[in-house]
Amino acid sequence: MELFDNLALGFGVAFTFQNLIYAFIGCLLGTLIGVLPGVGPVATIAMLLPATYALPPVAALIMLAGIYYGAQYGGSTTAILVNLPGEASSVVTMIDGYQMARKGRAGPALAAAGLGSFFAGCVGTLILAAFAAPLTEVAFKFGPAEYFSLMVLGLIGAVVLASGSLIKAVAMIVLGLLMGLVGTDVNSGVARFSFDIPELTDGIGFITIAMGVFGYGEIIQNLSHKEEDREVFTGKVQGLMPTAQDFKYMVPAVLRGTTIGSILGILPGGGALLAAFAAYTIEKKTKLKPGEVPFGQGNIRGVASPESANNSGSQTSFIPLLTLGIPPNAVMALMVGAMTIHNIQPGPQVMTSNPELFWGLIASMWIGNAMLVILNLPLIGIWIKLLTVPYRWLFPAIVLFCAIGVYSTNNNTFDIWMVAIFGVVGYLFIKLGVEPAPLLLGFILGPMMEENLRRAMLLSRGDWSVFVTRPLSASLLAAAAVLLVIVMLPAVKSKREEAFVEE
Amino acid sequence: MLIKSQKDFFSGLMFTVVGAAFAYGATGYSVGTGGRMGPGYFPLLLGVILAILGSIIMFKALVVHTADGDKIGKWAWKPLVLIIAANLLFGVMIGGLPSIGLPPMGLIAGIFALTIVASLAGDSFNLKEVLILSVILSMGSYAAFILLLKLQFPVWPTFIAG
Repeated sequence: MELFDNLALGFGVAFTFQNLIYAFIGCLLGTLIGVLPGVGPVATIAMLLPATYALPPVAALIMLAGIYYGAQYGGSTTAILVNLPGEASSVVTMIDGYQMARKGRAGPALAAAGLGSFFAGCVGTLILAAFAAPLTEVAFKFGPAEYFSLMVLGLIGAVVLASGSLIKAVAMIVLGLLMGLVGTDVNSGVARFSFDIPELTDGIGFITIAMGVFGYGEIIQNLSHKEEDREVFTGKVQGLMPTAQDFKYMVPAVLRGTTIGSILGILPGGGALLAAFAAYTIEKKTKLKPGEVPFGQGNIRGVASPESANNSGSQTSFIPLLTLGIPPNAVMALMVGAMTIHNIQPGPQVMTSNPELFWGLIASMWIGNAMLVILNLPLIGIWIKLLTVPYRWLFPAIVLFCAIGVYSTNNNTFDIWMVAIFGVVGYLFIKLGVEPAPLLLGFILGPMMEENLRRAMLLSRGDWSVFVTRPLSASLLAAAAVLLVIVMLPAVKSKREEAFVEE
Repeated sequence: MLIKSQKDFFSGLMFTVVGAAFAYGATGYSVGTGGRMGPGYFPLLLGVILAILGSIIMFKALVVHTADGDKIGKWAWKPLVLIIAANLLFGVMIGGLPSIGLPPMGLIAGIFALTIVASLAGDSFNLKEVLILSVILSMGSYAAFILLLKLQFPVWPTFIAG
C-alpha cells in the first residue's frame, strides 16, 4: 500500500525531536488562544508567522497547523465552563455544554468534547491522507482556465456557506482581490497603486492586513463593551469520566458530527465553524430517546457532535490547500502565506517535490491530536486558572504581540504604520457589518487569479469562451453558478439565515 | 429618501468609492486587450465590478425595509484612538522619529509605552498594575523574541547601546 509507505515517511518526519516539540508548542498555543475568548486562530497565526522564519519549513507548518486544530479543542473548554465562545466554532457548544456545567456535569461535558474531538481528528487526518493523492492527480490535469474557474468556485463557495449578507461578502472578496493586486505586476514590472512608496511596491503584507483587521479591529470592538462578570465553574470540575449512559448517547453523535465535519471541511468556505453549526442543527433534528435531557438543557450529544464536527472540519480543510493550493478559509489563506515565506508554492506539486513536508505535516496532525487530549483533559485545571485572567491584562499583551510580530516581518516600522491603518479599517468593517474573512481569501487569491486569467486568455487569443468550452472549467463554473442560484432561492435564503441565527 | 439600513448604505458607499478609485487608478496603467492583458486590465475590471456591487448594496439599503434601521451605532472612539496610538507609539519607540530628533528608544521603552497607552483603553486603569504588567511583558518578550527566536530588535535606546 502506497498510503502506508507515505504515512510511514510522514511519521518518520513527525517523530523527530524537533518536530515533536513544535507540534507540542503549536497545540499548546492553540489551546491557549482557544481557551482565551477574544483571540482567534487567524490573529494568532498571523502574529506567529514572523517567528517561524528561522525554523525549517516542516517545523513551521507543523506548529501553525497545531495552533489551528488546537484552538478547536481549547474553545470548547471556555464554552462549557464560562458560557463564552473561546473560539467562534464553539458557539454552539455553549448551549448544552454550559447547561451541563451548571448541573455539575462539567467533567463529562469536557470529556465528551475532548474524546469526540480526538476521534474526529483521527478520522479527519486519515481522510486527508487518503484523499490527498488522488486529488493531486486531478489537479495536475488543470490548465490556467481550470484554475481560474476553480478559484471562482472556491470564492463563491466561501461566501455562500458563510453567514451574513451574500452580496456584501462578494463585494469583500472583490475588494480583497483588488488589494492583492497592489504592488509590482509580475508580467510588466509596473508598480501598481503603490503611490511611489517603495515599501508598497512589494505589495501590502498580508500579515499587516490579518493583524490589523482580525487583531486590532476585534480588540477595539471588545473594548467597546463593558467587561462582563464571568461565572467560571472552577471548583466544580470533578469526575471527568462520562457514565455508560453518556457513552451510549455520545457515540452516534460523535460519528454523525465527524462525518458532517469531514464533508464540510473539504468544501470551500467550510471548515470548523460551519461544521459545528450544521452538526448541532442535525443533532437537534434527531428524536430524543426516552429519559434523555432535551437540547438546550445540557444534552451531552449537543456537545459531542459539534465538537467532533469542528475538529474533523479543521483537519479536512487542509485538503484543498495541500492538493490544489486553494485556501478554503481565512486560516488556510494564512497557511498559504506561511508556505510562500518558506519558498514553497502551495499546490499539487508540494506532494511530489516536498513529500517529507507533505506527509510529515499530516502525520503530525495525528500526533498533535493525541497531545491535545492529554493537554485538555488531565491538565484541565491549568486552563481553568487561565480563564480567571482578566481581559484588561490580556489585551495590552495581544496588542504588543501584534506590534512585535508586524515589525519583525521586515524589521521595518513601515509595517507598523500599515497595521494601524488596517486596525481602523477592521473596526470600520465591524461597524458596517461586513465579514472580513472573504477579504483575506480574495487578497491571497488575487495575484493567482490574475495570473491564471492572463495565461488562459493568452492561450485562447483573447477568447473568453475558453472558460466554458473546456469541460472541466465549464463544470466548475457551472457548480459556482448553481451554488449562487441555490442560495438566492427564497426558501433556501430564509433557511440559511435561520441556520446562523439559531444559537 | 430615507436610508432603511444604515450599515448597508455606508458599506455600499465604501465599496462604490473604493471600486471607482481602483478603476480610475487602473486607467493610468496600460489596459491592453483580452488576449494580451496589460497591468491595468484586471484591476479595471474588478474596480468596475466592485463599484457596481456597492451601488446595488446602497440601492437595496434605500429600498428594502429593516426592522430597526440597522443603525451603525456609537463609535468606540476611546479604544479606537488609544489602541492605534499605542501601536504607533511602539513604532516610534522602535524606529525613532527623525523629524523631531527623537532617537530610537528600543524595545523595552516601546513595551512600556504601548502597555500603558493601550491599558488606558480599558474600563479601569490602575497604574501600579499596568507597570507590573509592563515589566512582565518586557521580560517575557526579551526571553522569547530576543534570546529564543533571535529577532532583530533594538532593545535599548541607541544613545545607551550605541
